[in-house]
Amino acid sequence: MHGQSNRAGLLCSLPMAILLALCFIAPLLVVSGFSVMPAKTFSLLQTPTLENFAAVISQGYFKSLLWSLGLAFVTVLILLVLCYPLAFAMAKVFHRFSDVITILVVLSLFVSENIRLFGWQLFFMKGGLLLGSLHALFGANLDSLLYNAPIIVFGMVYVYFPFMLFPMVLGISMIPDELRQAASDLGATRFEILREVDLPLAMPGILVGSMLTFVLSAGALAESKLLGGQKVVVMASEIETAFGYGQNWPLGSALSMFLIVLVGAIAIFALSRLDLDQIMGRS
Amino acid sequence: MAEENGGPILRLVDLTKTFGDFVALRGISLDVREGEFLTIVGPSGSGKTTVVRLLVGMDHPTSGDIFLNGERINEVPANRRPTCMVFQSLALFPHRSVGQNIEFPLKLRKVDPAVRKQRALELLALLRLPESYYGRSVLRCSGGERQRVALARALAFDPEIIFFDEPLSALDFRLRKALQKELKDLHRKTGKTFVYITHSLEEAMVMSDRIALMRFGRIEQVGSPDEIYNAPCNTFVAEFMGECNLIPVRVANDGRLESDRVGTTLAAPRSDLTPGYEAMLMVRPEAMRFLAAEEQADCMVEGRIGNEYALGSRIQYGVQVGDSLLTVEKLREDRFTGGADSVVRLGWNAADGRLLDPSD
Repeated sequence: MHGQSNRAGLLCSLPMAILLALCFIAPLLVVSGFSVMPAKTFSLLQTPTLENFAAVISQGYFKSLLWSLGLAFVTVLILLVLCYPLAFAMAKVFHRFSDVITILVVLSLFVSENIRLFGWQLFFMKGGLLLGSLHALFGANLDSLLYNAPIIVFGMVYVYFPFMLFPMVLGISMIPDELRQAASDLGATRFEILREVDLPLAMPGILVGSMLTFVLSAGALAESKLLGGQKVVVMASEIETAFGYGQNWPLGSALSMFLIVLVGAIAIFALSRLDLDQIMGRS
Repeated sequence: MAEENGGPILRLVDLTKTFGDFVALRGISLDVREGEFLTIVGPSGSGKTTVVRLLVGMDHPTSGDIFLNGERINEVPANRRPTCMVFQSLALFPHRSVGQNIEFPLKLRKVDPAVRKQRALELLALLRLPESYYGRSVLRCSGGERQRVALARALAFDPEIIFFDEPLSALDFRLRKALQKELKDLHRKTGKTFVYITHSLEEAMVMSDRIALMRFGRIEQVGSPDEIYNAPCNTFVAEFMGECNLIPVRVANDGRLESDRVGTTLAAPRSDLTPGYEAMLMVRPEAMRFLAAEEQADCMVEGRIGNEYALGSRIQYGVQVGDSLLTVEKLREDRFTGGADSVVRLGWNAADGRLLDPSD
C-alpha cells in the first residue's frame, strides 16, 4: 500500500522532474562544464583547467561581486522596513481593501521590467518629468538624479517590491489574532508584541521574501544598466560582457559559478535557520 | 482597596455595548467578590463573551462603568490591567517552549531569568506537570497539558482576577470533567478570584461559588448554584438550569391551583396568591414520586408511563398526564417496577413547586 502510493507520487512528479532537469539542471551543468574549459574556447570536450577561476580571482572581479551583494543587501534591508507595515496592514487591518492593493501591485508586474525602468529613467533624467517640472515651476537647476548607486537600489526596491510583500502578507496572516491579544493581556506593549509574537511567527514569510529578493537583486542587471549607467558594474553585467562582447564563455561561466555558489550558500544558510514545520505547528 | 472579606473586587455598573445597530449588552450590573469563583453562563449570543472582553480591556463599554478595587478602569488598555484571561483557544505561543510560555509575563517585567525559571517550575508542580516539560515545545503537549500550561502562564502573571473564556469547550467529555475538578481545586489552593465564562450549565454548577445567568445581553439571575436551581426567577432560568416540569396554572378562589392541562387541582406552594393569577408551576423531575396505592401527597395527578430513559445513576420517565408530558427522575435503586403503559399516580410536596411568571 505504502509502496504503491510512493510509486504514484513518483509518477505524478515526473513531468516536473523532466522540466526541471531540462530547463534548470542541464544549463547549470553546461555552465559548470564551460567554467573549467580553456579561455575563449567554445567546446566542452577539452582538458579541464582552473585558469578561469584564477582569472576571476586575479582580475579584480571582486569589486563587482561586492557591488552586487552589497546592493542586494541594502535592497533587502529597505524592502524589509518598507514592506512590513504594509504587509501587516494588508493581513490584519485593511480587510477588503487589501485585495485592491494586491491587484494594483500585481498589475504592475504585467508590464515588462525594462519598460518600467525606462519610465523611471524618463522621470529622473535631466530635463525629465521630475527635474523638468521643478525647473519650470521653481526655476531650480538640479543635476540628473540618475547614474549612481542609490538610484540602482531605488530601481531594485521598486522592481522586487511584490516579491517581498506577498510572502510577508502570507506569513503575517498566519498569526492568530488571539496570540497578540493574549500577549497584550499578559502585559506586553505594542513593541513587545512585535518583538515577541509578530516577528518570530511571521519569520517564515519574512525569510522567504528576503531570500527571493536577495537572490533576484544579486543577479539583477537591468537596474544598474538603465538607471545606474556604467557608474557601477555589477556581477551580472560582468557575466554578460564576458559571454557577449568578450566572447569568452569559459570566463563568463566561471563568474556565474562564483555568483551561484555564493548566493546559494547564503540562501541555504538562511533556509537552515528556518523551521517551517515547527512554526506551522506540525512538529 | 477592596473591602475586607468578600467585598467586591470588580464592580460592573449598568454596562452597555453596541456594535453598530446591534445591542450586545443592555445594562449589566454585577459585583464580583474577592476570592470567589463566579461563572457567567448563558446560551450563545447572550453577550457573555462581550462582557469578558470589556472586563479584560480588549473592548470598551458604550456606557456604564467598570471598577476594579474601586478604581474606574473603563479605558485602561488590556496590557495595563492587573487581570488576565485564559482564552478559548488558549493562545499559547507556538514558537516558545512550555517554560517560555509560562515565563512570558515575568520576562516582560524583566524578572531575573533564574527567578523566572524557579517560578515556572513551581507552577509546573502546582499544575501537576512533570519538570521535564519545561523545555518541551507546547506543540508537543496534549490538549489537557496545554490547558495546564495556559493556566500556569496566567498564574505566573499573578493577576488580581483570572478570566476564563470557555477554555474547556474543545476537550472531550472525560478530560473536561477531570479538568473542571482540577480548576476548582486550583481555585481553592490559590485563593484567586476566578471569573469563568461558559455556555455549559453543568460546568457552572460543578465549579462555581456563584452563577450569573445571561440572556439577550442581560443578567437574568445571580446566585449560588443551589439558589438558582431551587429558586429560578423565571421559566427561562428554570429550564436553563436543568430539566423541569412547567405546568400552566390559574389560582382558584380557594387558593388551590387549577390546571386544564393536567385536569385536576393542585396545592399551591404559597398562600398569598390572588385568585385569577395565571402562572407556571415548576416542579423538578426529582421532586416527583410515584405514589403507592392509597398513599397521599399534597399534589397528586394520574397518568400513564411512557418511555424510560437510563441516565446512568438515575432513570427518567416520561409520564403522560392529561395534555402534559411530565418528566420524573428517580435514582436507579428507586426505579419504578411496573412496565410501560401502566397507569400511575404521581405526587409531590406543595413546597417543591414554584410559581413562575410565564412572561417569557
